[in-house]
Amino acid sequence: MKTDMTRRDFLKKSSLVVAVTAISGELQLFNASPVIAGTDTSFKPHAFVEIATDDTVTVWVGQSNLGQGSQTGIAMIVAEELDADWPKIQVKMAPAAEPFKNPFWHAQVTGGSTSIRHRWDLIRKAGAAARQMLIAAAAKEWGIDAEKCNTDKGRVINPDGRSLGYGKLVPKAQEHPVPENPPFKNAKDYRIIGSSRDRLDIPAKVAGTAVYGIDMQLPDMVIAVVARPPYYGVSPESYDRKAAMAVKGVVDVMELENRVAVCATTTYAALQGRKKLNIKWTKSPYPQLNDETLDEAFTAHLVKAGVAAESVGDAAGALAKASVRIEASYKFPYISHAQLEPINCTAQVEKDRCRVWVPTQGQTAAQDAAAKITGLPPDKIEVMTTYVGGGFGLRVETDPVVDAVSLAKILQRPVKVMWTREDDFANDYFRPGSVSKIQGGLDESGKVVAWSHKVASPSIMTRSMPEFVENNIDPSSLHGIPDMPYKLQNRLMEYVMMDLPIPVGFWRSVGYAINVFAIETFMDELAYKAKKDPVQFRLDLMEKDSRPYSALSLLAEKTGWEGSAPADRSRGVAVGTCFGSSAAHMAEVSVDRKTGKVKVHKLVCTIDCGPAVYPDAITAQVEGAAIMALSVAFHEKVHFSKGGVKTANFDEYPILTMSGVPEIEVYIAKSHHEIGGVGEPGLPTVAPAVANAVFRATGVRLRELPFNTGLLKKG
Amino acid sequence: MISLHVNGKKRKVDAAPDTPLLWVLRDNLGITSVKYTCGIAECGVCTVLIDDEAVRSCSIPVADVRKGKIITIEGLPENHPVKIAWIEKQVPQCGYCQSGIMLQTIDFLSRRPNPSAKQVDEALDNVLCRCGSHPRIKKAVQLAAELSRK
Repeated sequence: MKTDMTRRDFLKKSSLVVAVTAISGELQLFNASPVIAGTDTSFKPHAFVEIATDDTVTVWVGQSNLGQGSQTGIAMIVAEELDADWPKIQVKMAPAAEPFKNPFWHAQVTGGSTSIRHRWDLIRKAGAAARQMLIAAAAKEWGIDAEKCNTDKGRVINPDGRSLGYGKLVPKAQEHPVPENPPFKNAKDYRIIGSSRDRLDIPAKVAGTAVYGIDMQLPDMVIAVVARPPYYGVSPESYDRKAAMAVKGVVDVMELENRVAVCATTTYAALQGRKKLNIKWTKSPYPQLNDETLDEAFTAHLVKAGVAAESVGDAAGALAKASVRIEASYKFPYISHAQLEPINCTAQVEKDRCRVWVPTQGQTAAQDAAAKITGLPPDKIEVMTTYVGGGFGLRVETDPVVDAVSLAKILQRPVKVMWTREDDFANDYFRPGSVSKIQGGLDESGKVVAWSHKVASPSIMTRSMPEFVENNIDPSSLHGIPDMPYKLQNRLMEYVMMDLPIPVGFWRSVGYAINVFAIETFMDELAYKAKKDPVQFRLDLMEKDSRPYSALSLLAEKTGWEGSAPADRSRGVAVGTCFGSSAAHMAEVSVDRKTGKVKVHKLVCTIDCGPAVYPDAITAQVEGAAIMALSVAFHEKVHFSKGGVKTANFDEYPILTMSGVPEIEVYIAKSHHEIGGVGEPGLPTVAPAVANAVFRATGVRLRELPFNTGLLKKG
Repeated sequence: MISLHVNGKKRKVDAAPDTPLLWVLRDNLGITSVKYTCGIAECGVCTVLIDDEAVRSCSIPVADVRKGKIITIEGLPENHPVKIAWIEKQVPQCGYCQSGIMLQTIDFLSRRPNPSAKQVDEALDNVLCRCGSHPRIKKAVQLAAELSRK
């Protein structure tokens, strides 16, 4: 997949191009074949599907490649509706442009597990429309009705046995209008969607030829490392410019707002130059900010009066009347994205255009940031998305774009800004810490009659998407609570928004992994108090036709639930809904009571994501989400001291490694539900399933992440 | 000028002798499959083979490589068992860590051509992958071992 492209070079002279326009707000397909559109230079089509005379089908994708497999998945959808010959399909990363914006969010962004689910109809329509145009061309050639023609593997078939390849039909097909509502295939006729395919980006990744942002090299480029504030809210008071400039290879030292950039011809020279800066920073405005004071702040906020974000029935009244009442509090740390490719961006600023190469999840944000600095209109900012070495939500941020474009503008030569791992930890927009308290009540029959849930947490959206924050309620802090799988008549959800200097941002599954942990371990406590089977107890509270019901019943079926556990192991379950899909997990653990060490032997995961476009990629995402979730459950916590981040590198932030990875089975539900997300939904239910299994093994409830396994030691 | 032997070719580079091999490979020689992640030999992402042994290139000064023969994944044939296995098992997600892990696997399999699952876990317990491709790495290592034995 080529990452460096502009729209100028992508339309071949003779090809059938179905593009999309967003001019009227509603995304519409249109014929952008050069024969139709080529003479009008003001016309800027953005291809979705391009069929060349040599039969090659190019699918342009606007969503970033973070290894999720959605680019291949999108190509599979197009190929399905087009009836293309799969080996002829290629995917190319589209530039930042209006038609590639998420139709619901009006920004080009890869997040919220939306790459496929938010464009399912549009992508199918592009393939189906092109197919109709090719059929029309063939039918005309043969002088028969289009209805009589069929298609198979890149050919239009005449009932008399003759056939014509798509490539040959292109010159005629491009003269036909794009049909407005081409019919979609019936799911039972799918031969590509739902099939096993090799991911199109894997060969380049295995060969070592995939170009990530950090690999960018341009003629005359300099590499910049930036000394960023070591504490929140400080800026340089003085620094030794001369010493840095004296390092061989350093070409410039520049101050940007609250930081100092060292630009050099090699990375090593830039790093050495930065070491020589010897910056004296202004005094920290938050010298008391550290792990202990943060703990105190969270605890204090949880007892403050919250805003009632949702209230159904009378939770307080029902709780007072309940025959069994329980209460539990939960605590979650700040965690880092810890994506392996450090933050970086390469930029080149010319008089009438700016080019940006960046491993980003937010093309529109990158474009806007560069436009602001250069003063150029957004359509003069060419954003090329490279391969991305992990993102998990962090790469919607634009800090490296700001620095690279600012420096490239001043230096008038290409600049690659690269963060070190230490920069990455110190400047992350962390998943926010959170505390919560749940009070629940059961009636005499063991039925849940009340649920009162309070969360105190810093807000992500107040900074990043303020239009979604109303009445001091950040919906992302409460993810998973209003949309929990259970039908409860009396429930209250309260929120206390915290304001701390630590920047926070989106992190794979956002608030779901936090709140679903609390909900699902609490649900387990209720089931235990009610003396009911935890799977049946949950199913009884759900609508039978619902997605979580489907995920949990499939899990029970595949695991044989508790009865099948080996004698020396204990099992726990959890279920949840997140970004349009539901997942359930069964964890099988054993606990060494001498050391408190928990061994997770096995995870069984189920997901109901509606139509399963690309099953192997879904499996890979669910496996990956499970491993990331286990890592968070057992290991991850960012430390703070003196008003800044104390955690500096992976030696202080261990993540799960090979020996901690259990056997993982993934099952995808056959589903009649609409298409859901895949990248994130597999994460939230892992940790609670493990905690519930640990309770079965020990009688101890783990209510804090990372798990304090010291609580599990006996004697 | 420092002389290096990389992927079967002799290369001369103009770099300070204390420069980590990682930056010489990436900046001076344009071999970008060798990735930077932690810079403190904690993650294994920058691994190369020097005389068939896995070495973390962020933590070896270029001058210390001397006459060692350096191999990166570009230097492996397309039909190398590890490459075949990595594609067959659809291992990479973002892919950023994989070149280092593949090279460490080659070193490991050269010493343990028939490893147990536990030996694989131990041998690759000091490399990081954030996407969670571990279950597939485990399968791919076994397949690569099988292909190598043939």
